Amino acid sequence: MERELRNSIVCALLLLMPLVGLSRPVAAQDEPRDRMAERRAAMVDLVRRELEETRRITRDEEVDPKVLEAMRAVPRHRFVPESLRDRAYVNRPLPIGHGQTISQPYIVALMTDLLEVEPDDRVLEIGTGSAYQAAVLAELVETVYTLEIVPELAAQAKERLDDLGYGNVHARHGDGYHGWPEHAPFDAVIVTAAAGHVPPPLIEQLARGGTMVIPVGSPFSTQQLMLVKKTADGEIRTRQVLPVAFVPLTRAGEGEGSGDGG
Amino acid sequence: MAVVSAAAIASEILYMRLLSIALWHHFAYMVISLALLGYGASGTLLSLAGARLLRRLPFVLPSAAALFGLSLPGAFVLAQRVSYSPLEVAWDPRELLGLAAVYLLLSIPYLCAGTVIGLALMRFPRGTGRVYGADLAGAGLGAAAVIGVLFVLPPAEALLALGGCGFVAAALACPALAAPRSGAARLGAAGCLLAGIALVALWPRASVEPRMSQFKGLPNALRVPGVEVVAERSSPLGFLSAVESRQVPLRHAPGLSLASKAVPPEQVGVFIDGDSMTVIDRVAAAPEEDLTGLPAADYRDDLSSALPYHVLGRGGEGGGPRVLVLGAGGGSEVLGALAQGAERVDAVEIDPRMVELVRDRFAEHSGHLYSRDDVEVHGAEARGFVAGHRPREGARWDLIQVALLDSFSASAAGVHALSETHLYTVEALEAFLERLAPGGVLAITRWLEVPPRASLKLFATAVEALERRGVARPGERLVLIRSWKTATLLVKESPFSADEIAAARAFAEERWFDLAWTPGLDRAQVNRFNVWDEPHLYDGAVEILAGGVRRERFFERYKFFVEPATDDRPYFFRFFKWRVLPELLSLRGRGGTHLLEWGYPVLVATLLQALLFGLLLIVAPVAWVLRGEGPGSRDGRGRSGPGLGRVGLYFLCLGLAFLFVEIAFIQRFTLFLSHPLYAVAVVLAGFLLFAGAGSAASGHRRVRGLLDGRGRPGPIAGAALGVVALSLLYSLALPELFAVGVGWPDGVKVVVALALIAPLGFLMGVPFPLGLERVAAARPAGVPWAWAVNGCASVVAAVLATLLAIHLGFVAVVLAAGGLYGAAAWVARGL
Repeated sequence: MERELRNSIVCALLLLMPLVGLSRPVAAQDEPRDRMAERRAAMVDLVRRELEETRRITRDEEVDPKVLEAMRAVPRHRFVPESLRDRAYVNRPLPIGHGQTISQPYIVALMTDLLEVEPDDRVLEIGTGSAYQAAVLAELVETVYTLEIVPELAAQAKERLDDLGYGNVHARHGDGYHGWPEHAPFDAVIVTAAAGHVPPPLIEQLARGGTMVIPVGSPFSTQQLMLVKKTADGEIRTRQVLPVAFVPLTRAGEGEGSGDGG
Repeated sequence: MAVVSAAAIASEILYMRLLSIALWHHFAYMVISLALLGYGASGTLLSLAGARLLRRLPFVLPSAAALFGLSLPGAFVLAQRVSYSPLEVAWDPRELLGLAAVYLLLSIPYLCAGTVIGLALMRFPRGTGRVYGADLAGAGLGAAAVIGVLFVLPPAEALLALGGCGFVAAALACPALAAPRSGAARLGAAGCLLAGIALVALWPRASVEPRMSQFKGLPNALRVPGVEVVAERSSPLGFLSAVESRQVPLRHAPGLSLASKAVPPEQVGVFIDGDSMTVIDRVAAAPEEDLTGLPAADYRDDLSSALPYHVLGRGGEGGGPRVLVLGAGGGSEVLGALAQGAERVDAVEIDPRMVELVRDRFAEHSGHLYSRDDVEVHGAEARGFVAGHRPREGARWDLIQVALLDSFSASAAGVHALSETHLYTVEALEAFLERLAPGGVLAITRWLEVPPRASLKLFATAVEALERRGVARPGERLVLIRSWKTATLLVKESPFSADEIAAARAFAEERWFDLAWTPGLDRAQVNRFNVWDEPHLYDGAVEILAGGVRRERFFERYKFFVEPATDDRPYFFRFFKWRVLPELLSLRGRGGTHLLEWGYPVLVATLLQALLFGLLLIVAPVAWVLRGEGPGSRDGRGRSGPGLGRVGLYFLCLGLAFLFVEIAFIQRFTLFLSHPLYAVAVVLAGFLLFAGAGSAASGHRRVRGLLDGRGRPGPIAGAALGVVALSLLYSLALPELFAVGVGWPDGVKVVVALALIAPLGFLMGVPFPLGLERVAAARPAGVPWAWAVNGCASVVAAVLATLLAIHLGFVAVVLAAGGLYGAAAWVARGL
């Protein structure tokens, strides 16, 4: 009871925080490039720690170091609007205009890791958005095909990828429902558009042994990751993964002594 | 006066509408609540500068009214220019600063309106009852009128019209306050009228159109090439935008089976307030054609909500099932039922504009779905329709389908946490079960979260409903399955047969849906297709069905609030537990934000801010007044006036209690009048009008004598005791009366409701003016102070009442109000 009260007070203070009115951080537009790389390394370090924290609880395998390496290489600050560059290396989602967001780095790392890609893989992405996810994948695989339905975003992404020299990413504007049959099958598919359902053509274009990841959620918040796997004999298996280690305590005796992050 | 009050309260409702379109309901709620503190601030202003303002009253009062009129649209335009992003609050609490700027801006009109009424109260100390009465009565009329107006005008136009009202009030005030036949007053009045007309006629429309957050569904849909809005409809229930997509089909089929090859037909999407989307499927069939097996509806058979049709079996000897669809929206569920061979469908949809869109505007597109002979559309609220439906022989339903209408993201973000819903309460489920034909099934589909919240709470609610109907083993009468995005629950009055269970299992298996509960289900049989870390839904269902201490423990242990919702605590969408907040906040860096639902914390944040600002508004003027008057101030007879603390306490109690009673009974009557809009209009208008009458009559000797009883307790105590007695009586007797009267015609129900409200409202109107009169006589400086306290108390009360109701129920709110009236009566002895 007492603890509850204390927690309530802490929360009350948290909710009142905005009234205090903290000052805005200084803009970082024209910081030297190595400074950005430093901040990027710090961000990836944080993401790695968060992932390890999560993995320890879910007793899952280690994060692929190559994924983190890729994130260390991609200049995330080039994928967010000018005005938000100072926040590019904070572990949070950011608005990129057109009602879209660039995912939280932690989620990008987790999704990329779940795809279990190999260097000679072909990957299809539906919903290019800022193209950050495509760039991270491009560091890891042979070719990335990415589709975006909003024309402005598609054009922007194409230009950005060209500027940064990502020659192995093919980006175009189009309806993701039908996938990209000319280049199918794909070893991995990532559907980052908010789909009410999973388009059957995409499942078809998934190679045997391939993995599809579908983040489900609302802007700024990923609820769960749908994982669709096609086995070597073409059977479909799906998993719903919570991005976060969270034990809701459904059964008695669960999570006692450990895991309760409280 | 009355005009200002009417416009002020109407504008509250309007701002709420506009902000709900631009943002989301819970943020709108916070902004409006806090903007109303402007009333309290007007009390402060009057404490500080009241004397100076009174001296120039003939000029100041019309100016304040005109300023009110101007600031109604003006503040809104400025507020729209503030840039902020409430969705990012979890990442950066500073985003709330923008919201603070918005409610500060929106408080300006209320500051002006409060100043008008407060000045009048100070200017006419003897007419307190009548001034306050006009204030209340105006508010009552305004509340009722705005709902009517919103059917005719879009909210932006209505806002301008209200601005015009402010100027009309100013024009009326000019001659009333000036010396008779004053030329200046006439000139002023004419000027005000002209200005008002100019405002309504010339204000640029685009600037008051609500600007939708870029993250809402409609703006997002419109970014896709070829998508356009083809029809718009406005009503107080919501703003509907129908969109057609010419290049990229909409393909709305939430939670469609991954095994499905079906493609939805061409669809028209209808967004409600720019977010939740319902679709109108294209039906290429004549209205008299049998739609059984229609290919266009194939996709609906691959949604989890198709389960009941497979359990009931198609056709049979007596033809297909008779189906009731609650929340028909664009008609997809109705079409689904017909395609499954339903013999007849009753479709209940609350928004008449939605019905009109499907039936008339998209008649051709929908294949005249809502005009078919085997479909009857009822423009009614679901719960009231079912309760009012008198089951005749053969007129019961084989299937009641509660459709999924709200959007996944709104539901997931806890937007509805503060809204009462009478659709998913224990009593509602009982009522639905009662209307089923023998062997009939109730089917409810909800969005599925991981870990589960709504679906588990729904399961618990169904278990309790069955138990209340005397079922010893509810587990035999429940089936729960999940797709990857939705969960569908079946409830039956009798146990499911082995065949039915087998049919349910086969249905799920074919579509790769998972079983979460069927009679005789083993833990090894669940969690096979869409694999979760743990089968939380099944495990939770087992714990709930175990009953007794195990159920209690589960409710307590589970990190979301999943205890059944009841009519007394109708907050189905509240899953939030304080205990878990620190953990959730610490998990943000690991993708944990979705576990946090904002509705409830926003409510508490509102309360805290209201208290904080309230104290600033109340404490500041007290310090001033005390300093200005000096400690030894006496009135003319050498007697010290009542202490400001006592005055404050009295009006604090009254402000809280009045709103508590009002809010609790709006909720009660909503259930009875069965339509939230009419209920709010009738109950709010009723309470305010009768309270206005009570206030106006409080000056009459006869009324006072009556309330005095045998001359002992005084009229204030008499009125307070009357309110306490009546509200207690009502909380006990109303549920019984409503159970009997729920089937009466609407007109009769409205009259009964008003008759019940009349005495209560009348008595509630009395204590405020009587108290204020005493204060005015003994200590005039206390009048604005009382006005400030009352204004702040009302804001705090509205939020506090919701909070109380969420935790303890509405009966507790009424009891608290009783206690507060008692306290007010006690405090009044020293006034």
